[in-house]
Amino acid sequence: MSRGTVSIDVERCKGCDLCVQACPPKVLEMSVAVNEMGYRYPILHDGCTGCTACQLVCPDFVFKVFRFDSR
Amino acid sequence: MTSTAPARQLLDGCAAITESAIAAGCRFFAGYPMSPFTGLLENMSRRLPEVGGHCLNAESELEAVNMALGAAAAGARAATGSCGQGLALMQEAIAELALNELPLLVVNMARNQQDYFQATRGGGWGDYRTITLAPKDVPEAVEHTQLLFHLADRYRAPVILYGDPLIAQTHVSVDVAARDFDPLPPKDWALDGTSGGTGHSRQIWTWAMGKVSAPGPGPDRHWRAVAAKFDQIAHDEARSEAYRIDGAETVIVAFGSAALFAEHVVDELREDGHRIGLFRPVTLWPFPAADLAAATRDARRVLVFELNAGQMLDDVRQFAHDRDTVRFIGGVSIHASGLSYGPLLDVAPIRSRILEAVA
Amino acid sequence: MTEVPRLVARDRPELILGDHGLCPGCGEPVALRILLEVLEELDIVRRSIGVVGHGCYGSFVQIMDVEVLQCLHGRAPSCATGIKRVRPDTVVFTMQGDGDMVNEGLQEVLHTAARGENVTCILLNNGVFGDTGGHQTATTVVGQRTKTSLDGRNPETHGYPIPVADLVASLAGVSYVARGAVSTAGGVARTKRMLQTAFEHQLAGDGFGLVEILTMCPTGWFVPAGSGPDYLTGSLEAAYPLGELSLRERA
Repeated sequence: MSRGTVSIDVERCKGCDLCVQACPPKVLEMSVAVNEMGYRYPILHDGCTGCTACQLVCPDFVFKVFRFDSR
Repeated sequence: MTSTAPARQLLDGCAAITESAIAAGCRFFAGYPMSPFTGLLENMSRRLPEVGGHCLNAESELEAVNMALGAAAAGARAATGSCGQGLALMQEAIAELALNELPLLVVNMARNQQDYFQATRGGGWGDYRTITLAPKDVPEAVEHTQLLFHLADRYRAPVILYGDPLIAQTHVSVDVAARDFDPLPPKDWALDGTSGGTGHSRQIWTWAMGKVSAPGPGPDRHWRAVAAKFDQIAHDEARSEAYRIDGAETVIVAFGSAALFAEHVVDELREDGHRIGLFRPVTLWPFPAADLAAATRDARRVLVFELNAGQMLDDVRQFAHDRDTVRFIGGVSIHASGLSYGPLLDVAPIRSRILEAVA
Repeated sequence: MTEVPRLVARDRPELILGDHGLCPGCGEPVALRILLEVLEELDIVRRSIGVVGHGCYGSFVQIMDVEVLQCLHGRAPSCATGIKRVRPDTVVFTMQGDGDMVNEGLQEVLHTAARGENVTCILLNNGVFGDTGGHQTATTVVGQRTKTSLDGRNPETHGYPIPVADLVASLAGVSYVARGAVSTAGGVARTKRMLQTAFEHQLAGDGFGLVEILTMCPTGWFVPAGSGPDYLTGSLEAAYPLGELSLRERA
């Protein structure tokens, strides 16, 4: 059960891949589909810990990060 | 040591301009030493702290003008200056001030030539002009200093007080009390931090694009508006003095200290029966074109006397009533030290050049 | 029962008014975000004035909800001096790239630091003139390829980079100098703390502060967006070690 989750503003993303690299549990993966600008964007898998690494490194302010306090 | 100075004092030009600036509310000055501008920096350095202001001996002219730009952006009445050589380093910032619509007094204590081109053509980029007042003596410099602070704030633009070694270093009894001017609107455009976080935070930017939440006019509309403003100023702010022009068939055209000497020679020659007068541009920009045309309408000869190789000459040729009457009787004349005017700035040589032209 | 997750990190502070148009993988927006977060968290936005130079970050003046003077290339520290002297109760900072601060404006930042002006200068250092298309600056590192050092910066023809933070740290009048990097999550968090410390020193009236932030410029480095952090770590960090720089002992 994931301890955290993120919301991803897909249309803001420019496909730089830095979040995927920064994520410690490796739960982000770039999409196959592209957004309106033509960029791939991150998709979240299970196992997010809400550590905020993605939000910290993202140059395009794509992520909001949440934690489930009971988990 | 008191922090207020008595109104009438025997002061040299640099001290007089300092007191006049303080009376006008100047509270920030930055400069780099260069004779004869240095006296202004020295006086400001001593006096501004006494009235709660700041004077910085900047590490270069570039820094001086940009410090003053910052102070002006924050709403202070600020000033800087140098000689023509140092003003050359400030040209970019003067243009920036014009496009930013920031007020600043820039003092040119031009030291060995009359720097007409630099003041009126500028060396920065863009469609900007600088209102330039050229006093003929220290008392006029005192008046012009306060007028220029008013004009700078009224039009939100950099302005130039054009001086020289004689004005800088001659002691004259002057009244430096504050003069009255029409009220001005508050500087609500000035940066003070308080609009941060409101969605409408203040911005001073030559491209005037504003914020995504409150877009500005953008460079195209902004620069057109600034150019139009200078067109309006050209229409409204030209100043000149016509001395003994009535019935003159010879009109001397001169500005600054050169005009002071020319005026004396005009008096001498009038005594001798010559019908001669002096037209003195008081604003170098806007050049008083209409006044010059009127003053030279009946002149047989228009003699331009300036201490350079012929700079104001171009404007006199363009705007005098009859271009063919214009002759140049000035010239480059540098003191052996390289720091002041040479032997041409004297009654005898001016008189003899005029008589040669009249003959 | 569905648990409502608790927000622990916003996407961006409210002080960022919109999206920027900078390249994928650019480090400068990250620096902007942490700067504005610090201004917000210290509750100093309503007394802050930024002086922004010329570079890709120049477009930030349109999206940052802070009072800004956009100034001539290199001159920000001098403009900041004028502002702070006449409005000493404001918090004044500069935002400059390496081309702006270390090329055009080296004398400005050194003199402002030596004078101990109570302002905070922020250097966004990516070792390249990004805005003009990728040209060598005074901080381009040896071996780095740019359009004016096509085979890599060569000391024999191009000389050596200038570590401006070290020069500034050697001057009296300086209260805080630090170097951070926004290439890793930990780096971003540490750099944000450096900014906070720098502004706290300004609020205490301690003198000049400089925070140098190494930022990725994959476009100017001719690497893919995702390779920016590795390039930064491998090239720039070696020339510009991270951390708080110790200051010269005051007499």
